[in-house]
Amino acid sequence: MSVWREAGLVAGKDLRIESRSRVAVSQILPFGLIVILLFAFALDPDRGFLARVAPGLFWIAVLLASLLAIGRAFQTEEQHNARDGLRLAGLDGAAIFLGKAAAIALELLVLEAILGTGVVLLYNVSVHGIGVLLLTALAATIGLAATGTLYGVLAAGIRLRETLLPLLLLPVLAPVMLGATRAFEDGLEGAPGDAWPWVALLGIFAVLYTAIGVLAFGPLWEES
Amino acid sequence: MRTRDRLLDPRLSRALGVASLVSLVVLALFGLWGAPEDGTQKEAQRLMYLHVPAAWLAYLAFGVTAAASALFLWPRTRSLVWDRLAGASAELGVLFTALTLVLGSLWGKPVWGIWWAWDARLVTTAVLFFLYLGYLALRRIPSGDPIGSAKRNAIAALIAFVDVPIVHFSVEWWRTLHQKATVFNPQLDAKIDGVMALTLWIGVIAFTILYLYLLDKRYRLASLEDEMEEREVEAAIAERIGAPVEVAR
Amino acid sequence: MPLVVRLRSAVCLLGRFPALAGVDLDVHAGEILLLAGPNGAGKTTLLRLVAGLVPLYSGEAEVLGADLTLDRRSARRHLALVGHETFCYDDLTVRENLRFVARASGGDGGTVDATIDRLGLGAVADLTHGKLSAGQRRRLALGTALVRDPELLLLDEPHAGLDADGRAVLHEIVAAAPGEGRTVLMASHELDLARALATREIRVDSGRTSLPVGGPA
Repeated sequence: MSVWREAGLVAGKDLRIESRSRVAVSQILPFGLIVILLFAFALDPDRGFLARVAPGLFWIAVLLASLLAIGRAFQTEEQHNARDGLRLAGLDGAAIFLGKAAAIALELLVLEAILGTGVVLLYNVSVHGIGVLLLTALAATIGLAATGTLYGVLAAGIRLRETLLPLLLLPVLAPVMLGATRAFEDGLEGAPGDAWPWVALLGIFAVLYTAIGVLAFGPLWEES
Repeated sequence: MRTRDRLLDPRLSRALGVASLVSLVVLALFGLWGAPEDGTQKEAQRLMYLHVPAAWLAYLAFGVTAAASALFLWPRTRSLVWDRLAGASAELGVLFTALTLVLGSLWGKPVWGIWWAWDARLVTTAVLFFLYLGYLALRRIPSGDPIGSAKRNAIAALIAFVDVPIVHFSVEWWRTLHQKATVFNPQLDAKIDGVMALTLWIGVIAFTILYLYLLDKRYRLASLEDEMEEREVEAAIAERIGAPVEVAR
Repeated sequence: MPLVVRLRSAVCLLGRFPALAGVDLDVHAGEILLLAGPNGAGKTTLLRLVAGLVPLYSGEAEVLGADLTLDRRSARRHLALVGHETFCYDDLTVRENLRFVARASGGDGGTVDATIDRLGLGAVADLTHGKLSAGQRRRLALGTALVRDPELLLLDEPHAGLDADGRAVLHEIVAAAPGEGRTVLMASHELDLARALATREIRVDSGRTSLPVGGPA
């Protein structure tokens, strides 16, 4: 069986579970929205300040919500020890990685679309450079999903997973946070030319960590 | 599993201990009295003789961790020696990174008037600190399979290491693309005086010797911990099968 | 007769506890071998070791021709484990869970309907795992093993949680196993029920097999 078919099988399984359990819709998404609301409490909503820092706030909200989504993707494997069942099936490690990362990426893209709409409406942001924004979001999301899946399995099966995962993941994601925020700023300010180096950085990050994931996920999955 | 239980010969280790003590005293003499006072920064500039060597050591230590992790993952050189070395070096790296940040902050206050500046090097160092703090937290989690967890640790170390240049470049771009002129210029090298340069070199050498000495000690501790664990397991197996416990080797 | 499982002085640690403290075991093709022994004897760990789910600390282990110290993956494709947990996803239906396992194991899912019938799960085939009763879950766990058509079937306390009908299904499956080309290794407390099925019995105690390695009875 090809890696792609196996990956599709895993992604399909994860997405079906998510669509049925509604954890993403009923918990993770509202969490992201309340974070966006809280920023308005922390910062002054009256003087256009929120609109200026909207890209950073948006990506922080996405980053926090993605921690939950990644934790959730590995939590489903722990109920009734499904992880052992998956290991017994003998699926290729690379396929499990690609499948899980793809499912997380799709969920995050939907989440970003909704949170982005929320940010535009609530912070009164005027949208420019939609092409740059979309490409940035795509590259950043792939990077996020790949590192998230990689660190998710690194921390899987560990009792302290919930506390360990953010500590492991957030420093690694610092460049994604930086790159995505700057690219969004440049895009919104109508200077898409300045955004391209950042998009390239995000692209390199995504490719690099996807490649590492394909290579390293299998051994880590065995040890988890 | 028998592995090298010491990194260095005990005599060499002791010699390193003495050498690091002596070189640190020499560094203190040169740093406090030997080197001339800086024209603009006055006495505060003397912090450089600790700050720069500490930063150098942090990078060296993380480099050693990455190299040792790669050597563990390479099938022909797979040995728990590399896992211990990687862990010991990462601990020292985090220690020296913390020292770099604290010293930098102490230096920054009198010179720039602030404890912290969003300078590219400072930010990169701070991210590095948390990156490896996470790695150490992961290492601390026990498992019943030493080779398995060593593999996990090695992969984690390499994933973190790959991130270092990306963090570096992204932070560098961030601070230069958007604010053309940095608030200050940490490049002191151009106007560095001969004795100052000498003192800096003494600092680098003294810290490197100290690093090697501490690395050896930390490695020894790790191998003793491993041995203790091994004996506990052997005793537990003996107890489980009801045989008399063998007297320790 | 070829050996399906061969363990020599196998030691397995759970944390630092030696759950297996030197196990010798031969399982021959086509036999139904019962592992008997008290709680905490190491039966579950033994089955998990054979399934390649826990690493070997020391000793030798060969399963279906693969050396577990070198390769824990390749034998897995040809064996199935029914453990205390079902290995299933709460939010997938019985049919979806079985189809996923079948396809993940390289099959096309064509045996799913037959497996559902054989286990008497037809009435609940479209209920999610989360809504099943304990007995139905045990049957589903058996189903996830059968749907993969394993050469080696590992059963950990298979009678637990099954009602009389369920036990009848279990017995039919185990009794038919040799004819279907399967070897069965089973750990059980319900010795009377299990002995009726087994072709041979080995006692496990304190992490060791107390009988010397023997041929089929």
